[in-house]
Amino acid sequence: MSEQHRSDLEQRVTALLEAHDPATTDRAEFLRARWEAGLAWVHFPAGLGGLGLPRDLQAHVDDLLAAAGAPDNAPERNGIGLGMAAPTILAHGTPEQHERFLRPLWLGEEIWCQLFSEPGAGSDLAAVATRAVPDESTGEWVVNGQKVWTSSAHLADFAILVARTDPDVPKHGGLSYFLLGMREPGVEVRPLRQLTGEAEFNEVFLTDVRVPAAQLLGAVGEGWRIANTTLNSERVSIGGQAVPREAGMVGKVAQTWRAHPERRTHGAHRRLLDLWVQAEAARITGSRVRQQLAVGAPGPEGSATKLVFARLAQELSALEVELLGEDGLRYDDWTLSRPEKVDFTGRDAGYRYLRAKGNSIEGGTSEILRNIIAERVLGLPGEPRVDKDVAWKDLPR
Amino acid sequence: MTAQPIPAAPDLDLLPSDVETDLRRSVRAVLAKTCPTEALVALADGSDDVSGPAWSGLAHDLGLAALLVPEEHGGAGAGPREAAVVAEECGRACAPVPFLTSAVLATSLLVRLGAAESLARLAEGGTAALVVPAGTASAGSWARRTGVEVSGGRLAGEVRGVVGLPADLLLVPVHGPDGPALHLVPVDADGVAVSTHTSLDATRPVSDVRLDVEAGTPLATGDEVTAALDHALATAAGVLAAEQAGLAAWCLEQTVAHLSERRQFGRVVGGFQALKHRLADLYAEVGQASAVAAHAAAALAGESDVPVSVAVAQAFCSEVAVHAAEEAVQLHGGLGMTWESPVHLRLKRAKADHVLLGSPDAHRDALARLVDLAAPTPEAG
Ligand SMILES: Cc1cc2nc3c(=O)[nH]c(=O)nc-3n(C[C@H](O)[C@H](O)[C@H](O)COP(=O)(O)OP(=O)(O)OC[C@H]3O[C@@H](n4cnc5c(N)ncnc54)[C@H](O)[C@@H]3O)c2cc1C
Repeated sequence: MSEQHRSDLEQRVTALLEAHDPATTDRAEFLRARWEAGLAWVHFPAGLGGLGLPRDLQAHVDDLLAAAGAPDNAPERNGIGLGMAAPTILAHGTPEQHERFLRPLWLGEEIWCQLFSEPGAGSDLAAVATRAVPDESTGEWVVNGQKVWTSSAHLADFAILVARTDPDVPKHGGLSYFLLGMREPGVEVRPLRQLTGEAEFNEVFLTDVRVPAAQLLGAVGEGWRIANTTLNSERVSIGGQAVPREAGMVGKVAQTWRAHPERRTHGAHRRLLDLWVQAEAARITGSRVRQQLAVGAPGPEGSATKLVFARLAQELSALEVELLGEDGLRYDDWTLSRPEKVDFTGRDAGYRYLRAKGNSIEGGTSEILRNIIAERVLGLPGEPRVDKDVAWKDLPR
Repeated sequence: MTAQPIPAAPDLDLLPSDVETDLRRSVRAVLAKTCPTEALVALADGSDDVSGPAWSGLAHDLGLAALLVPEEHGGAGAGPREAAVVAEECGRACAPVPFLTSAVLATSLLVRLGAAESLARLAEGGTAALVVPAGTASAGSWARRTGVEVSGGRLAGEVRGVVGLPADLLLVPVHGPDGPALHLVPVDADGVAVSTHTSLDATRPVSDVRLDVEAGTPLATGDEVTAALDHALATAAGVLAAEQAGLAAWCLEQTVAHLSERRQFGRVVGGFQALKHRLADLYAEVGQASAVAAHAAAALAGESDVPVSVAVAQAFCSEVAVHAAEEAVQLHGGLGMTWESPVHLRLKRAKADHVLLGSPDAHRDALARLVDLAAPTPEAG
């Protein structure tokens, strides 16, 4: 089966490259042609940039195109759009929403951010207080509230938003999911500086922002269920591509070790080899998760991937700072910057050490991930709940 | 020092085939019947009603003694992936069978050296043991530790800490006057004395072998022996990782099951977050161990990336198995300390497996060379 798909895809890639020589074709034009050929994300349906094929074949397409010098769609600039908004819109959107949003999202013409967390709702995402109220006269929704830690809000054209539409039912039931225009009046984005010195994320204030009825995703009150699609996609997208041995943080540390024989100690050697083995185990596990997804049998291993990744990134980057000795005490740049993309392994060791601290917080903390594994995978009892049957408006806050 | 590039990792198929899934089901069914907990526990008291039936179920009913024996010698002609499936189930069941030591380690060595006659015997359910000390990870490390010599036409000496006995046939590597050689010695030959110790892991006994026998013609000599030994030890180490992954998975499942029932403070103990988080971490480790073991088996089957894959598998899976067993003992509370509970059997097996074919430290040292992460030189620091 898979061999047939592969050779079929190879023919399509060849045809695309013949009709649009990357050397002479304008970038945007090439990307549009790639979309039309169904080679944008092969696991999406035909007509929406895909061919309905197994997901893991995308890596093969990407490799072939990269080898031919074709431009990519700068996926690192729109990670939330590609990794989280797109699968959620595909799963829960109307045909009109598919038509309107997926193509510009994939082409990178519209950048997305995620308006989930709030000052009072982080780990407890179902506690969001941002209100969306229908305006009977226009059919629009009127949104008021405050979001926080919003990565890339300063670059974004659209946001996936979870807001409260019914305060009179228990908290999980009263949420709805919206696609909100970030350039609309009433959206105010203020940078929030991180411990690295840069400001990847923001505070977002929403004051009487109007969202057209056509930009409600799914049904009113379905927001919690849909948000879970988003969060699951986030976990899956981490194990989404094959990575070579010694890629990422472990490669940085290994290079540092090789470059500085004079700084080696036996204790550090032991830690390094231990972490190298663990990184290889994480890489192999990610590769198996990918293979399971491709045959349509997603294993629950996916939920453990991020947990392991975060711990390893933190231990490896910490070791690197120590290995570098006095050089590890230098920092490259504290100037406030607003990066276009998140670069976990870019810059210097000190930056990597600090940025890695976010890995166990963003996208669900490691504690919350452990709860998810324990309860949903291992079937252990949930935490005692005081808010289960209480209307949201009556909860103490 | 010349830096070599680190070996690239091939893209290996890590999912089980239908054949492997069926094989797993049959092995699990046989072991469920033949390895009851009470019988396993009684092993350390000297009563053995379990090894015979368990091996007979695997070797005769399922034909697994001959799993790796080529078809032309009467075997199944299967490879490391299938062997890993069987080993994983043996790890789960803590089965007291010579599958790893005879059907994998000794058999791989005999296959490499083309020992037709011995292979035919193994295919019929006979067993063989490699006479090297436990902890041997490579032909190099064995050469430093063996005590058997050939002189005056006799093979004489003692090897301590041999696993895989009782067995019908001894495979004895020696460093003779003409370099390495491998001798085959029937265990019932005159001048063979095997004394079996009380072992930490009663499900896999440890013996001392004393030899004073006619040397005869060795099965093989020279570099051929070294290469075949390295290959067999790597195969066994990769397959052992699957045993360790299976053992760890059992520990996790039993612990989750126990903590889902045990009540204290008016609640199911498994609902306490401190324990849920430990189990979630263990779940992540166990899942990784299974993937890493599958990767080693696939590497062995494809004969690509074998040294790195096996070293990673041993360094990782040994640690996970011991950690899983230690967590299982702790989280079973007082029950975990009892003789009757099956949990301690896994702890003992896991700790013994930890040293069986090279410790994680030894495999990490090997990796340091393989992937160009050299240790500090004496003058550094
Ligand atoms: C770099 C970065 C980028 C981010 N980008 C975005 C974004 O783009 N969009 C967005 O919506 N959000 C974003 N976030 C927010 C992120 O999702 C939240 O920070 C996270 O979910 C944790 O919520 P909190 O910060 O409110 O912590 P809290 O929920 O207040 O948690 C505080 C501590 O308590 C622990 N804790 C809480 N509840 C439990 C429990 N039940 N059991 C055990 N421990 C518990 C937590 O693990 C944590 O250690 C980003 C965060 C970071 C760090």
